[in-house]
Amino acid sequence: MSKFKKKKEGGQPAISTASLPDIVFMLLFFFMVTTVMREVTLKVEIKRPKATEVNKLQRKSLVSYIYIGEPKQSFQGQFGTADRIQLNDAFATKRDIIAFVEAEREQRDPAEVPLMTFSFKVDEEAKMGVVTDVKQELRKANALKINYSTYKTDDIFKD
Amino acid sequence: MARRQAPEINAGSMADIAFLLLIFFLVTTTMDVDTGLTRKLPPMPEEPQEEQDIKVKQRNIFQVLVNANNDLLVEGDIMDVSDLREAAKEFIIGDPNFLDEEMPEGKMETIPLLGEVMVSKQIVSLQNDRGTDYGMYIAVQNELVAAYNEVRNEYALRQFGKTLDQLEKAAEVSERAELQVDAVKDFYPQRISEAEPKNVGQ
Repeated sequence: MSKFKKKKEGGQPAISTASLPDIVFMLLFFFMVTTVMREVTLKVEIKRPKATEVNKLQRKSLVSYIYIGEPKQSFQGQFGTADRIQLNDAFATKRDIIAFVEAEREQRDPAEVPLMTFSFKVDEEAKMGVVTDVKQELRKANALKINYSTYKTDDIFKD
Repeated sequence: MARRQAPEINAGSMADIAFLLLIFFLVTTTMDVDTGLTRKLPPMPEEPQEEQDIKVKQRNIFQVLVNANNDLLVEGDIMDVSDLREAAKEFIIGDPNFLDEEMPEGKMETIPLLGEVMVSKQIVSLQNDRGTDYGMYIAVQNELVAAYNEVRNEYALRQFGKTLDQLEKAAEVSERAELQVDAVKDFYPQRISEAEPKNVGQ
């Protein structure tokens, strides 16, 4: 062989695709870490209001959600257009709230029950009547830590 | 003789598997934003009788009414939501000498780090109608809390050289900062009282 190797010809080296799955796995882990498995399909329309003085909810595992709003188009035939409460995938009335609170408490560790928070996801055009009823029921059930879910913004008057 | 190199496993299909998993997760999960206004509800009164009407002087109360039309009535005057924050701040700070008849009275209290100081007896009272929009309710709540936070921040800056937010950050590691945070919060306690909504309409 001559000292100078002849340049390889015929067929460029195939691009190694071994690292492609690594990139995809990274994306996958990112999504697994930052997202929550959506357990509840929203049956009510919810457009959350904006606010500036917000805190992040700590310990998502101790948060229970109460959805209030107009039923979605597909449900309006059966349930009308008045504001409705949705708890865990089903429509509910204010009388079901106390039972809901108990059920949620059963699912958690008794030591952590005092730290539980109830998050209100309410449509911004919903009327206060229903929300206040729910708050009264929560007071009766002694679930006093609540949170009104909102988007964070810097100026609520800027549309 | 050089051994023939074992053929490399084609890793292209691993990417397909990974994409499948990724799409599965994209579809079944939500990046739920979980920010919001945290509140504590008052406990239900034990006795079935009417809640005790604690006698509070009119001057100590900052009355905010919202009707079904989402109109604001503050201390008897119609006001826009954008002006609520300033008006609330004025009330919370009050008269430093507690002489103004319209502004809240003061009460002598002992606060660690501040000593004996006159604390305002301010209370903000919020009453809304059952027909008020939730968005309006949140806006009013937001403005009231913002007013308290701004007053507290300004006070903390004067007293301790840092805003309340900076002090709260420092309080995670420093006990002194924690005491300062408590002192500021005790000097301007966040008293927002919500009455049950009536069907006033107005």
